[in-house]
Amino acid sequence: MSVLALEKLKRRFGDDILESHSKLGDDTVLVKAERLYEVAQFLKDDPELQFDMPIDNTAVDWWQVSEPRFEVIWHLYSTVKHMRIRVKVRVGEDNPTCASLTPLWPGMNWHERETWDMYGVRFSGHPNLKRVLMYEEFVGYPLRKDYPITKRQPLIEERIVREVPTQRNPPPDMLNQP
Amino acid sequence: MKDEDIIHNEVLVTRRSDAESWLRQTIERMSQPGINWSRKFSLFNYPFVTACCGMEFMSVNGPRYDMAQYGAEFPRFSPRQADLIWIVGTITQKQAPILRRVWEQMAEPKWAIAFGVCASTGGFYDNYCTVQGADRIIPIDVYIPGCPPRPEQILDGLRLLMDKIQTEHGRVMV
Ligand code: SF4
Repeated sequence: MSVLALEKLKRRFGDDILESHSKLGDDTVLVKAERLYEVAQFLKDDPELQFDMPIDNTAVDWWQVSEPRFEVIWHLYSTVKHMRIRVKVRVGEDNPTCASLTPLWPGMNWHERETWDMYGVRFSGHPNLKRVLMYEEFVGYPLRKDYPITKRQPLIEERIVREVPTQRNPPPDMLNQP
Repeated sequence: MKDEDIIHNEVLVTRRSDAESWLRQTIERMSQPGINWSRKFSLFNYPFVTACCGMEFMSVNGPRYDMAQYGAEFPRFSPRQADLIWIVGTITQKQAPILRRVWEQMAEPKWAIAFGVCASTGGFYDNYCTVQGADRIIPIDVYIPGCPPRPEQILDGLRLLMDKIQTEHGRVMV
């Protein structure tokens, strides 16, 4: 539907749009991280597009698969033109920072906080960037692919219960078998 | 015989402690079934509802399954007034300190039921944020499996707890 949006973006921003496709009707643009805010501003303000509704913000961790490591994704919807678009940027591991879109859509506030919480992607310009689901004492970012799968960080001392042997947690004598 | 002699007289002292313990045991033996009986039919609930199992808990509390027939229909939202805590749903690491605080605030005698697999073992949430069973936080009396458990299972679990209460032994202070 919003092939129109892709066309307009490509005409307006040219090389700053790195990739675009509308596979299965999902219009997607990959933009340069530096131009993200302007692209979003354009999507919101253009009278033919009017993407006025923030749907979601999330990230994908391409650890050991591709570089740069994180892909940050915004989903937008236009309640006026009934179009959807997906905007992506890629940020590297050493400084995972990109612009926050909360100034444009206040509804992005908690979505971006969740992405920060789970992936450790920092949003510059966000009014209140702190953890939203995990507790402040939590160390690390649990949805990153290099977070250990069995690592837990209890806030209080747990009672000792008998461990039931499982595959992940074999009884000691099973470990010594050849 | 002077008073001091009576106090220090070994035979008399032994007899006195014998009599005391006999009296205590008799009172316990005679009153315990009655006390337990009245306790098990007047459980005041504290529903610690954190997740989807709550829907099933509500349906058990409703008129169709009628928990009131076991005298356990009355929810108290203050731990001070509750005897029985129902842990209904997933306990996350963030929730664990709250659960322990609520449990510590409850007055003795108190019991706990883990409702659903999440509360019993963590269920399928074997991940970074879920406590692997509420028994790692507080002692649990009855575990009810199921995701969520059916109302019949829940009533069965309640009956198990009532049987357990009936066989409990307390101390009488004389
Ligand atoms: S046991 Fe199932 S229904 Fe109950 S809280 Fe866990 S996931 Fe939800």
